[in-house]
Amino acid sequence: MNAERVGFAGAAAALIARDLRLALRRPGDTLQPLGFFLVVTALFPLALDPQLSLLRDIAPAALWVGALLSSLLALDLLFREDAQDGALEQLALCGLPLQGLLLAKIAVHWLLTGLPLVLIAPLAASALGAPYEAMPGILAALLLGTVALSLIGGIGAGLTMSLKRNGSLLALLVLPLAVPVLIFGARATALAIAGESLAAPLYLLGAITVLSATLAPWALAAAVRIGLE
Amino acid sequence: MNELTADNLQLWRGEQHVLRGICVAAAGGQCLQVTGANGAGKTTLLRALCGLVPLEHGRVCWRGRDIAEDPAAFHSELAYLGHDNGLKADLTAAENLRYAAALRRRVRPQDIAAALARTGVAEATGQLLRRLSAGQRRRVALARLALAGGSLWVLDEPGSNLDERGQGLLAELIEGHLSAGGVAVVATHRMLDLPAAKLQSLTLQ
Repeated sequence: MNAERVGFAGAAAALIARDLRLALRRPGDTLQPLGFFLVVTALFPLALDPQLSLLRDIAPAALWVGALLSSLLALDLLFREDAQDGALEQLALCGLPLQGLLLAKIAVHWLLTGLPLVLIAPLAASALGAPYEAMPGILAALLLGTVALSLIGGIGAGLTMSLKRNGSLLALLVLPLAVPVLIFGARATALAIAGESLAAPLYLLGAITVLSATLAPWALAAAVRIGLE
Repeated sequence: MNELTADNLQLWRGEQHVLRGICVAAAGGQCLQVTGANGAGKTTLLRALCGLVPLEHGRVCWRGRDIAEDPAAFHSELAYLGHDNGLKADLTAAENLRYAAALRRRVRPQDIAAALARTGVAEATGQLLRRLSAGQRRRVALARLALAGGSLWVLDEPGSNLDERGQGLLAELIEGHLSAGGVAVVATHRMLDLPAAKLQSLTLQ
């Protein structure tokens, strides 16, 4: 019996392949938060005076609030369906470390919702008047920030997955925890647009990301177990 | 020796005392049938036996060892079928089984085909689950159970949505599992068609 047991790596790979396949079968689910991000950030230049300096001033806030809200929208996809159809129970009962399996799930979630957001961010940023030279900095900050947001948000999604109307509760749980990401991310973006060194906020953002990647798996597993009770 | 025992299980849900000193003992080759009215706590008991619901009092032992000591080892031998099938509507039957099996053991594609054929849904192999009827989906879930290779089966209303032949097939699957020395705990309203010697009954009030 033991000889034919699979290892953790094989199980995690199967989980990742399954989630990717499911996302490909329903691309609308993952594209929605992305469209939301684009529309929200595009509304600012339309609503404001078309002055470049004004747009550049609000660009960091618009980008990061947009990214935060879009990630919140995407979180609904993370556990909801798995909790409803019993797939999450099976995952919790498979005898492999739940922390690692959930981390794999978050990784796929980021790949499907976080990474595309980072990739289209230059479009939104240029609509907000960010200069071409600022793009690498903006991308780096969003890259780190979206990873942290997926991890932190996953804990909230795990805790609220069994509730019927969980949208606003999820926002109340996750948004306060995401404030540090917002502050340092927006600061790094502002510095990048101003053409100054963004090393300091970027390091802090990196520290938050590493910290959440280290601690979130355990919090995630605990949250999901509570959600399954 | 496979053996599931539980003693004096107590659980409250808010004001409600759901499990009141439940004791369970089922050895290899035995099926424990849990009956009781709707809301009597059958599902809660089954979930507690799986370690999904923390108990307020009492303990569950598998082969004489408290399952809380090493949940991973216990879960690797457990196959659970709840109210929900634990299958994805947007995957085909074969893809669902391949994934479910990959979490537990190495299986070959022909094992998956054989499991689906055995539960009578061979024609559904390449079909998306959302296109199947509720009974066919339950049969796919039974195929998952058979593939999991666990020595303890915990089944919550496994016969729901199954037709007459499906009920017979279910009894056949459980009997095969018991003959191989496995233990089964089954919550059901409908008496299982198993030899009396292999069957124990627990009625929840």
